[in-house]
Amino acid sequence: MAMNSDLTGLTLAEARDALAKGETTSVELTEAYIAAVAAARPLNAFVTETPEKAIEMAKASDARRSAGTVGAMEGLPLGIKDLFCTKDVLSTASSHILDGFQPPYESTVTTNLWNAGAVMLGKLNMDEFAMGSSNETSYYGPVANPWRPEGDNRTFVPGGSSGGSASSVAAEIVVAATGTDTGGSIRQPASFTGIVGAKPTYGRCSRFGVVAFASSLDQAGPMTRTVRDAAIMMGSMVGFDPMDSTSVDMPVPDFESALTGDIRGLKIGIPAEYRIDGMPPEIEKLWQQGEAWLRDAGAEIVPISLPHTKYALPAYYIVAPAEASSNLARYDGMRFGLRVDGNDLTETYEKTRAEGFGAEVQRRIMIGTYVLSAGFYDAYYLKAQKVRTLIGQDFEQAFGQVDAILTPTAPSAAFAAGEKSGDPIAMYLNDVFTVPASMAGLPGMSVPAGLSDNGMPLGLQVLAPAFDEMTMFRVGGVLESAAAFSARPRKWWLA
Amino acid sequence: MRDIPTNPDNLIAGETGDWEIVMGLEIHAQVSSNAKLFSGASTEFGADPNSQVSFVDAGLPGMLPTINERCVEQAVRTGMGLNAEINLYSVFDRKNYFYPDLPQGYQISQFKQPIVGRGTVTIELSDGSTKEIGVERLHLEQDAGKSLHDQHPSQTYVDLNRCGVALMEIVSDPDMRSAEEASAYVEKVQRIVRYVGSCDGVMAEGSLRADVNVSVRRPGGELGTRCEIKNVNSMRFIRQAIEHEARRQIEILEDGGKIDQETRLYDPNKGVTRSMRSKEEAHDYRYFPDPDLLPLEMEQEWVDAIRASLPELPDAKKARFMADFGLSEYDARTLVSDRDSADYYEAVASGRDPKLSANWVTTDLFGYLNRTGINIAESPIKAAQLGQLIDRIIDKTISGRIAKEVFEVMCETHQDPDAIIAEKGLKQVTDEGAITAVVDQVIAENPDKVADVQGGKEKLLGWFTGQVMKLSGGKANPQAVNKILREKILGD
Repeated sequence: MAMNSDLTGLTLAEARDALAKGETTSVELTEAYIAAVAAARPLNAFVTETPEKAIEMAKASDARRSAGTVGAMEGLPLGIKDLFCTKDVLSTASSHILDGFQPPYESTVTTNLWNAGAVMLGKLNMDEFAMGSSNETSYYGPVANPWRPEGDNRTFVPGGSSGGSASSVAAEIVVAATGTDTGGSIRQPASFTGIVGAKPTYGRCSRFGVVAFASSLDQAGPMTRTVRDAAIMMGSMVGFDPMDSTSVDMPVPDFESALTGDIRGLKIGIPAEYRIDGMPPEIEKLWQQGEAWLRDAGAEIVPISLPHTKYALPAYYIVAPAEASSNLARYDGMRFGLRVDGNDLTETYEKTRAEGFGAEVQRRIMIGTYVLSAGFYDAYYLKAQKVRTLIGQDFEQAFGQVDAILTPTAPSAAFAAGEKSGDPIAMYLNDVFTVPASMAGLPGMSVPAGLSDNGMPLGLQVLAPAFDEMTMFRVGGVLESAAAFSARPRKWWLA
Repeated sequence: MRDIPTNPDNLIAGETGDWEIVMGLEIHAQVSSNAKLFSGASTEFGADPNSQVSFVDAGLPGMLPTINERCVEQAVRTGMGLNAEINLYSVFDRKNYFYPDLPQGYQISQFKQPIVGRGTVTIELSDGSTKEIGVERLHLEQDAGKSLHDQHPSQTYVDLNRCGVALMEIVSDPDMRSAEEASAYVEKVQRIVRYVGSCDGVMAEGSLRADVNVSVRRPGGELGTRCEIKNVNSMRFIRQAIEHEARRQIEILEDGGKIDQETRLYDPNKGVTRSMRSKEEAHDYRYFPDPDLLPLEMEQEWVDAIRASLPELPDAKKARFMADFGLSEYDARTLVSDRDSADYYEAVASGRDPKLSANWVTTDLFGYLNRTGINIAESPIKAAQLGQLIDRIIDKTISGRIAKEVFEVMCETHQDPDAIIAEKGLKQVTDEGAITAVVDQVIAENPDKVADVQGGKEKLLGWFTGQVMKLSGGKANPQAVNKILREKILGD
């Protein structure tokens, strides 16, 4: 019988194999995680813990295993970002406006995971409506990064918007977690917490049942401890869904089989435009290190140009808020969630939305409403869409020359809580390296690659052509092996 | 805008001279489909409130629209009925505004790239003339729910059954110049959608309703400022609303005032239009392409297959009835007014005299149906029965006059004409021997009148015919009677 901390120390692949060999059970594993979740409440990673449901699901999983039915995620306890609707379980998008909302339906991605045998530990905290890069906009309070610089007792942010997902994976209180990525919300927090975060091609994961932020950009993906874990979990999340018109009907390859460790002859692009002004030397150094690792593994490093990169972030902050301003119109206090009554209809709308939405969400609704308004549409929204097309063309041309692209994931390591929350522009700049691939709908992943000067994790990003997640995982796997990132956060919350 | 010559008959006399009304219409036609435009919920009329609402319709978080192919097909069929361009590539946009009966906070519609482009509708006016009305576009969009203000003293209830039902918005050019033209246009569009089966066109149930844009101007002069009258739901109200609105605008202009561009509602009880919202209060709908839906792309073969399956349309049918059957414009127009009437007529006329068939259908049958309020599709007198009646006239079994009697019995008993003729012994006598006997009797009883005829008063022959017919109980063949009378009296 394994000790609890040994169990929670297992990667997804290791836990899967231990379950397969009968070395543990899903119930045992789940109990260990339930205890770990309870002990890690200072991280504020969960909005809702569902221990009873978890045990029930674990028992059912063990029963299935006894009966000889074993799914790809059989018995593995996960955390689910609170952006996913989960049937009869509070689903809030970390917003006050979804107070008490228990959807009568389940998102397709979580349905796929449960069908693969996974167990739900609860719902994870996030930036409100996935708007944020530090997980400080949640109605349920900020999430703490398990990592702290040596000798620093301040709380550091886990990144965002999938901050609860990143924090819980890094703290080993879930085997893995779902995240969603609109402009970097999986990859940037993965980088900030020393874990793997992968976003598949837009259209791979169904958006059905995922609370919408920016529909043309939102994409779910796995947040895990290793590249292999991400490959396994992504395989269980994706797939064609007739309920989502933007879902893509394409065969799903066995992502895990991409991890050959062999990238000899692959061409890896290094985009000149990602070498931005004021980038900290430690980021530059890590990027060069990544280049060297891949070259040493037999890849050919090719300098490339993605000329419209500098327009990606401003264009993103037009397109995403525009879509959000419309997507969030349904939160009007009429049918579900929060309602603050006023003297008439308009006042009820105003009070409900003023109280129900936090400052960042309100800011983006206002930006989005503005850029779509008569007289401004052409100058902003239409122009941003043109930029988006150009960004896509940049990548298309680049992928004519190279098989994958290597960049830093974020322009800095995790920062202290409150450090940037007063400056939206500084906060938005966190996504500068992740947004272009989102705008182009391309797959991308962050792999932990090193530590900053003050001992905080840093990730490198691998981008691949549309629907070529296999190459992304193949390169990511080699990068992971070469980096041999083994640092773990001190579990200060246990003290 | 097309240059349409001013028709003096359409002018309205004001205090300061003549005025011309200029109108364009937006018709909202509910698509006949079992499910809504973007959800699987039922579209059946008259269900309990909120019993036909899917999570998508209710705008729940994370719900996504998926297009109903049947609705797309219906829009294409309608476009073909309107002689319009079918756009193989079209885009769904979001029209954003807040209202409790709009759960998503936006209506999915088509703004810049509609599924159907320019077309033409030929309207028919009471003086027998026709006029072309341009169609600017047809697009697909979702209907909103219904706010119920009369269920509670201080609160409004919302019924979402209608929310998400597919509508076709058909936008005309401002080509109409009179209330008659406007209602003729609505009637024609109603006929077309019913022919192609894309909408049941029942205005009373709201499945077809019109927004009328009305402005007035000096004949042929600069266009005036228009007002939009929303959701008028009967032909009569359309005419009344236009007439009222035109008079209202003329009065304002003649008093030296100016028209405010605004949206107005027609109140059929008071017979007036009243302001709903002004241009200043108009929404900025912030249209943008719906990112939940890919552009709608149709394959040419799919569209071609729809065209091949299209029924003959009213204009083509009317032309054919006139050309092939020699019908008058009036009869042809009456017969093609709906598909069932046209089909009924064709069944009757098949292999028979087309004009005689048309007379019987438009006069006798329609008269009976109007009297009894029965729909032609449910007519208890079947086309085959009416055809048999006409056959008996043609083969001289009965005369036209007896046929009217037989028809009356058919209306009562719904029996076959042959059965009625046999039962009542109405068979026409063509046996010359039998007729000769009656003729001889009449001649013998009226020697003075015979002499008059022989003296040149040939008109009196008609009196003899009448006497013979009377004595034969109407069954004698009038032509045979005439012939024998002439032989006997005049020696012809």
